[in-house]
Amino acid sequence: MSAPLAPAPAPTEADPVRCDIPVTGMTCAACSARVQRALERAPGVRSANVNLMTSTATVAYDPAATSADRLVAAIRDTGYGAEPPAAPRAASERVAERDAVREAEVREIRSKLIVSLAVAAISMVLGMRPGGMSGTGSGERWLLLALTLPVVLWAGRHFYTRAWAAFRHHGADMNTLIAVGTGAAFMFSLVVTVAPGWFAVRGVPVDVYYEAVAWIIALILLGNLLEARARGRTSDAIRRLAGLRPAIARVLRGGREHEIPLDALRAGDEVVIRPGDRIPADGVIVDGASTVDESMLTGEPAPVRKTAGDRVVGATLNRNGAFRFRVEHAGEDTVLARIIRMVEQAQGSRAPIQRLADRVSAVFVPVVISIAIATFVIWFDLGPDPAYLHALVAAVTVLIIACPCAMGLAVPTAVMVATGRGAELGILVKGGEALERAGDLDVVVLDKTGTITEGHPAVTDLSGEAPEEALRLAAAVERLSEHPLGEAISGAARERGLVAPPATAFESLTGLGVAASVEGRRVLVGSARLLAREGVDAAALDADAVRFAAGARTVVYVAADGRLLGLLGVADPVRPTSRAAVERLRAMGLDVVMLTGDARATAESVAHAVGITTVVPEVLPDHKLEEVRRLQRNGARVVAMVGDGLNDAPALAAADVGIAMGTGTDVAMETGSITLMRGDLAGVPQAIALTRRTMRVIRQNLFWAFIYNVIGIPVAAGALYPVFGLRLTPAMAAAAMAVSSVSVVTNSLRLRRFDPR
Amino acid sequence: MSTAQLLVTAGGVALIGWVLWYFFLAGRAGVAARAMGDDVQRVRIDVQGGYTPNEVHVAAGRPVRLDFFRNETNPCTEEVVLPAFGVRAWLAPHETTPVEFTPAVPGTYDFSCGMGMVHGRLVVEPA
Repeated sequence: MSAPLAPAPAPTEADPVRCDIPVTGMTCAACSARVQRALERAPGVRSANVNLMTSTATVAYDPAATSADRLVAAIRDTGYGAEPPAAPRAASERVAERDAVREAEVREIRSKLIVSLAVAAISMVLGMRPGGMSGTGSGERWLLLALTLPVVLWAGRHFYTRAWAAFRHHGADMNTLIAVGTGAAFMFSLVVTVAPGWFAVRGVPVDVYYEAVAWIIALILLGNLLEARARGRTSDAIRRLAGLRPAIARVLRGGREHEIPLDALRAGDEVVIRPGDRIPADGVIVDGASTVDESMLTGEPAPVRKTAGDRVVGATLNRNGAFRFRVEHAGEDTVLARIIRMVEQAQGSRAPIQRLADRVSAVFVPVVISIAIATFVIWFDLGPDPAYLHALVAAVTVLIIACPCAMGLAVPTAVMVATGRGAELGILVKGGEALERAGDLDVVVLDKTGTITEGHPAVTDLSGEAPEEALRLAAAVERLSEHPLGEAISGAARERGLVAPPATAFESLTGLGVAASVEGRRVLVGSARLLAREGVDAAALDADAVRFAAGARTVVYVAADGRLLGLLGVADPVRPTSRAAVERLRAMGLDVVMLTGDARATAESVAHAVGITTVVPEVLPDHKLEEVRRLQRNGARVVAMVGDGLNDAPALAAADVGIAMGTGTDVAMETGSITLMRGDLAGVPQAIALTRRTMRVIRQNLFWAFIYNVIGIPVAAGALYPVFGLRLTPAMAAAAMAVSSVSVVTNSLRLRRFDPR
Repeated sequence: MSTAQLLVTAGGVALIGWVLWYFFLAGRAGVAARAMGDDVQRVRIDVQGGYTPNEVHVAAGRPVRLDFFRNETNPCTEEVVLPAFGVRAWLAPHETTPVEFTPAVPGTYDFSCGMGMVHGRLVVEPA
């Protein structure tokens, strides 16, 4: 049973390609008019518009008849300069560039981290020396200052410059908190070191906090390092998808094979695929046969059999056969490129659940700074002696423990990992909102045709004394018919390796069937009424006919020279995985409803076969939408509509979650809030399970990020001091903050291991 | 209460007032700019701790191109997100990254960094 990916249909008359070509050398309206005329005369051009002001030719052309390169040549022939339109940068390049920058960032943080950790450790050892209180002696203070200076000026420098840049925009972020916190501790220590006499004269006790500064910077750098690494992994899925493009393609040109880089591959090229090759682009097999593993795009584990005329999709893996195929879409037009773009867009969306986090983030830092100031004042006024030192430490601890990052990362990292993991499983979620709604579903409505069933009729049963012969002769007659049943019968004969002989004297007997002369025999293919009219006795197979009809089959009788040969049962067959998928949806606590245009008997037979109890039969296509609305009103439930995205688009759009199935076409991707690449229902419970898991992770992240700050900040301020005498040190605060943001990202990364089964 | 305590308390309250004023009220007045161009409306936005301009006016129905020049390595601003237009773009440091889309419906849309800490506004005006 194969439900292969359908790449976007080849551009047809109604589907031109549009491109912008930069043109140079045009100085007047006459120039642009000349270029425009040349383009309009070029073969395959639908329309051309040359803009003198922007020096650009915008051309709509038929990709089967011409190419951007030929259009460039046509412009150059007029004497003006033209450049091929800049190709949108491939996802793999963007990912690689981003990785390089992140690598450099990680390297820089790592060396800064090593230095500041070393300084912090040395400072701690100095402070622990027997008889040596932290920085009490003047010489010791100068030594600590000398050690800490490179940490502040080099390792922590970016905290200060970034905080300043934000400050100038009236903005404040994590850097502001670190800069103010460490800055206050460092500047105070510096004053004590340089002018201890000022304090001594006034009899004020002193202390220095160089060690704390070094620890804060070291621990926060450690947190940044772990976070940068973890965040790099949130886009692993895109990296893996982009890596599915092979580097080269073997192209047949002038009867010889050439290895060309993938970027040079164009629509129309003929590509040679050998066993084990990764397919470089989307196209149609012209010669040969093989099985192709499409699991990396569809999530469907079973490889798909392909022969001449079948479509292949770029990034999928050829198994044992060899074939040639003609490229229809290459580069950024392929299904793979569209998947990557869609995932990137989904990752750019915002989930409604994030609004609260956004509101808090927007005011977070200034509020924390205010709390720190208040903390200082309260300790100064009410705290034990030396009050001002306690006040300083408590205020710095508040600034350092507060962690806006955990809140900012809670939702986006989970959405990124989930959409990426989904894409690997053939589940394309359009964005954060779709994810969130799918996590709350109550009802799943299945459009029968094309989801529960294959979507096209097929011969499902044969009976009679010579069933194969009946099929062979029926196929011969049906070759001349245009009835949809004919397609099913011809297909069934082909599948069994039966060759349909030529037929003559074809007649179509409206409402009854067809008749023709095959191998000298008069063959009838049609209903019981046709046989009765022709005087053929069909009583022998009455029992089978009744059985077929009860199973919602259309019964087709085949007779030759007045004798009944056999019966064919034709139906839109139920996909073998549908029943298990429905069971799983029900086990997940979802109501499953089947919607169909079929008559009640047929509908109920299919529903029974897959275990659905709620059936809405005889629904006209344009009433599917109303049916979805009715279910939504009915107890204000969250309704998902599953369809093939072709004739049920309005219902998909009206549902809270539209799940378009089994297609990689643009239409379906536009319509569905979730698109499933695999063609059977199994993807539906998988997609819902993924969204539920994701929402759970998001809620955990948000809870953690909020509760961490809600508890951490008061404790850092000294809320537990009056009763328990418990206080945090700034270094403890720095460690807590580092752990906090890393743990949120790590929790999101758990979604990478989401198992759809 | 000693004089020092009174001074510190008064100073602290004043400082809190200033912090809240500086970050919440004084920051409101942004730098606005209008995207120009007959065909594509273009504007350059400097990214350094914030967006300059942080308010961009464009006309509905025509393509918009925002050239984000990220003049820093601070990872806070490494991504720019325009949720209404499905854009999450990664900005290479010290480079200009174009973001293109066509706003159909007039209104005010937010753009921000990946974590929603740094904000700007896109005002789409009726064409």
